[in-house]
Amino acid sequence: MTLHWWHVLISYALTAVVFGALAGGAALRHRAAKRMLAKLDPRGDRS
Amino acid sequence: MDGPLTLGPGAAAPRPAGGRNLHRFANPGRFLRATGRLMPVLWGAALAVLALGVAWALVFSPPDWQQGETVRIMYVHVPMAWLAMGGYTGLAILSVMSLIWRHPLADLTARELSPVGAAATALCLATGSLWGKPMWGTWWVWDARLTSVLVLFFLWLGHAALVRAFDDPERGARAGAILALVGFVNVPIVKFSVDWWNTLHQPASVTRMGAPAMHVDMLYPLLVCTLGYTLLFAAVVLARTRAAVMERRVRALQLARARREDATPA
Repeated sequence: MTLHWWHVLISYALTAVVFGALAGGAALRHRAAKRMLAKLDPRGDRS
Repeated sequence: MDGPLTLGPGAAAPRPAGGRNLHRFANPGRFLRATGRLMPVLWGAALAVLALGVAWALVFSPPDWQQGETVRIMYVHVPMAWLAMGGYTGLAILSVMSLIWRHPLADLTARELSPVGAAATALCLATGSLWGKPMWGTWWVWDARLTSVLVLFFLWLGHAALVRAFDDPERGARAGAILALVGFVNVPIVKFSVDWWNTLHQPASVTRMGAPAMHVDMLYPLLVCTLGYTLLFAAVVLARTRAAVMERRVRALQLARARREDATPA
């Protein structure tokens, strides 16, 4: 693999990692909040 | 969970007629139900368009006659640059909504938007460096385009830090909105920096007046990648906003429970 291809690969990998981390973080926050809401307000309507 | 998403006394004040429709979504239950239906569609569309765009960019689009394979960095770098500027424009619009209509969801969305915008701007800078090193022979130059994008990155970070710096979220949101509007002056500077100053960075080739200076074999995958990253950006911001709405509800319930326990005689 040439140096040019390494630069391309790192660019795409960096983007995938950053957006993956942002999406994963949002999913974890959502799951934690949903669990807490279920504990605090069992009758509440949430999606 | 049907009460309004209030952040403080300001949220209960009478609002101009223009903001009435916007306030339908200040109800957290309604917002969560509406976005709950939208989220799977948004994630699915983002991943499908990105899969097509990335395959097109990496496999099917041709290498550049001068730049060779490194031109494929453009399919990430340019969408990130557009998202950095477009996202900041969105932040400025949310800030106007926050300051004029005191829309609580605008505050929350702005708060959740700024870390994602900072990430997109950081990716724009990083991929620009990775592209610049083999083409220009340097990772970085202090030219007008690169420096103004760095300033944009600091504005995103400043907003993210400022809205979290106050105990009262409403004060933080107001300070953040003012910073976002003052900082918006940098967006046209970023856009026109390559025209106003002599820069190492190339001038606009897609969004210039007249026809884009790019062959359709590169232009089409670039537009598909831009759509894919924009959908992904929107999905991440919306997912973060949904989580923030639920976290705010958790805090309100915890506060109510603590007050009840304090009021109960021992």
